[in-house]
Amino acid sequence: MTDLKLYQVGTFAAGNRLVDLELRSVQAHADRANSITSGHRACQGCGEALGARYVLDAAMRAAGGDVVVANATGCLEVFSTPYPESSWQVAWLHSLFGNAPAVAAGMAAGLRALGRETRVVGQGGDGGTVDIGFGCLSGMFERNDDVLYVCYDNQGYMNTGVQRSGATPPAARTANTAPLGPEPGNAFGQGKSAPLIAMAHEIPYVATATVADLRDLERKVEKAMSIRGARYLHVLVPCPLGWAAASSDTIRLARLATESGIFPVFEAEYGEVTAATPIRRPVPVDEYLRLQGRFAHLFGKHARPDLVARIQAAADRNIVRFGLVEAEPRTGS
Amino acid sequence: MFEQLEGSRAVAKTVARCRPAVIAAYPISPQTHIVEALSDFVRTGELPGCEYLMVESEFGAMSACIGASGVGARTYTATASQGLLFMAEALFNASGLGLPIVMTVANRAIGSPINIWNDQSDSMSQRDAGWVQLFATSNQEAVDLHVQAFVLAERLSLPVMVCMDGFVLTHAVEAVDLPEQAQIDAFLPPFAPRQHLDSRDPITIGSMVGPEAFTEVRYLMHDQQLAALDELPRISQDFESVFGRDTGGLVRPYRTEDADVIVVALGSVLGGVNEVVDALREDGVAAGSLGITCFRPWPAEAVRAAIGPARQVVVVERAFAPGVGAIVGQDVRHALRSAPGDGPAVYDVVAGLGGRPVTRASLRGLLDDVVAERLDPHELHFLDLDHELLERAGTPWRRTS
Repeated sequence: MTDLKLYQVGTFAAGNRLVDLELRSVQAHADRANSITSGHRACQGCGEALGARYVLDAAMRAAGGDVVVANATGCLEVFSTPYPESSWQVAWLHSLFGNAPAVAAGMAAGLRALGRETRVVGQGGDGGTVDIGFGCLSGMFERNDDVLYVCYDNQGYMNTGVQRSGATPPAARTANTAPLGPEPGNAFGQGKSAPLIAMAHEIPYVATATVADLRDLERKVEKAMSIRGARYLHVLVPCPLGWAAASSDTIRLARLATESGIFPVFEAEYGEVTAATPIRRPVPVDEYLRLQGRFAHLFGKHARPDLVARIQAAADRNIVRFGLVEAEPRTGS
Repeated sequence: MFEQLEGSRAVAKTVARCRPAVIAAYPISPQTHIVEALSDFVRTGELPGCEYLMVESEFGAMSACIGASGVGARTYTATASQGLLFMAEALFNASGLGLPIVMTVANRAIGSPINIWNDQSDSMSQRDAGWVQLFATSNQEAVDLHVQAFVLAERLSLPVMVCMDGFVLTHAVEAVDLPEQAQIDAFLPPFAPRQHLDSRDPITIGSMVGPEAFTEVRYLMHDQQLAALDELPRISQDFESVFGRDTGGLVRPYRTEDADVIVVALGSVLGGVNEVVDALREDGVAAGSLGITCFRPWPAEAVRAAIGPARQVVVVERAFAPGVGAIVGQDVRHALRSAPGDGPAVYDVVAGLGGRPVTRASLRGLLDDVVAERLDPHELHFLDLDHELLERAGTPWRRTS
């Protein structure tokens, strides 16, 4: 989007008022699509609503407004379409929980057969993407269907009352991983990195992003829309309800997730990492975890520094693997 | 033009001439020859302008069909057995969204125990999925019903499955009069979707509907299904005027006018049934048969009219509901609920499960028992049940004949 980078609150960001008109964010333009418009029923501080707005408006701008959307069942679908209302100002279809990638693939095939230039975006939460919809997602990748699929990852089944998903982090409290017993919260495992698995399909473009850096998110959507074939965008979207965090901390939490190394922000093309966002001000995972009630059991009266250390080790691995701290930080101008 | 063709190939050629824009399919026996042939047609250009998606599962197949149909493309798939079950969630979704997808079901048993041979447990298990279900008795009928299925689906915005017995029809080579491309083009107009996703006129499809309107949405779906009962006979008549073949519409009555005993059946078994009917007639028994072409929606009035004053009705069930019994038989009773008097005795006979042949000899024996009133109409009967095998399994059999 721009080479201009200003340093602000620990990450690279620049206020819209400080850059030229044509360099401003999609959201700064009066003619933005408002793809998901006001009046929906998302919680206060919902990261997913924010992420979806930025993603789709950027996609709409990149495609000249010629976009159709396939949406998985989940919070995003429920809070936006209580009949007879709809918040969607894009052509939008919701089918099922586990099939949004296949529906999107079908749309792309149908549009191609009909000779229409319309672009296709598929989207869903982490449950619909990394768990129940994973077969369809992998099929879409493997066939290299011309779809941008976006996962809004809030790390659990928030719509059904905060149960664990394959994207829930270790030690996190959910409705079915209570802080009980010797291993409180979600189990420690290897996790399930949908972006890395997407990369293993060697599709043209994979990227991660968060709602803490919305310009970066827009830029990645624009880049994805400039490419044909299967593209995957994994966006970390904090959930105040599921994370037991303050609504006002959504952006802060997304930023701390990247600065702690727990959520690496990177891009990959054809299976190779091509860029990673450097951590300007590394923070211990402690700072990230303490703001969230779902990790409260790691700190209180029966603190579990051993588990915090394991989470820190995972973050450190990410920092090494993606070169997040060693990378030369880009300088502001 | 008559051609000597395998059933699957005849169906594939006919489907190709219906010009689907998208085909999404996953291989499962005995559907494979249909989708293999279609893949060839797309590659060779015999089916131009069609996108063929080789998906990762039947769930993905139906989901891709939903997406393709949702943007306004004519869409086709085929499956069978476990594949149809794996689609189940998407089947209900497709019908709820009113998407006119056409699907061939190459009828096959459902496991466990795993069994690849023919019965109709698969499509019967999805009888309440909101899809129109048409059953073919021959490969000619399978071909003809596919053409009509696209017309019916698109006229009413309803998904339609055309059921043809796996192997018995799909793999049988016989002479078929294939509809010509020009004939089909005249009969089946280009797809004009009732509504579809268009970025120039964005709509929301698939909203969440709460208690205040859900019943009404479902009511409209029922109403739409019932409309198919009016529409299909019209389409069938139009078809006959163009192609010269009577496909029967909703039901196919055979020698029922003065019949005392009528056999009700779906699919390829009807050929054998009719031969037994003829033999009984020669022996002075007033027998007839009633083939059900349209199983969903259920043509209750046509069934009642065809059965008329018959005293006995034998329903040949190629699937059944364990712990309950009849599936089709219950619908027949439903159709006869307002028949005068006590109505006929209805016998439920499970036959031909998992590929077991339904022979003329067995059918004749069954009908002789029925006519002589040696069979209890209140019990579920299993044709050719091997009692010796049951005893060897150590399970005492009971309440069966």
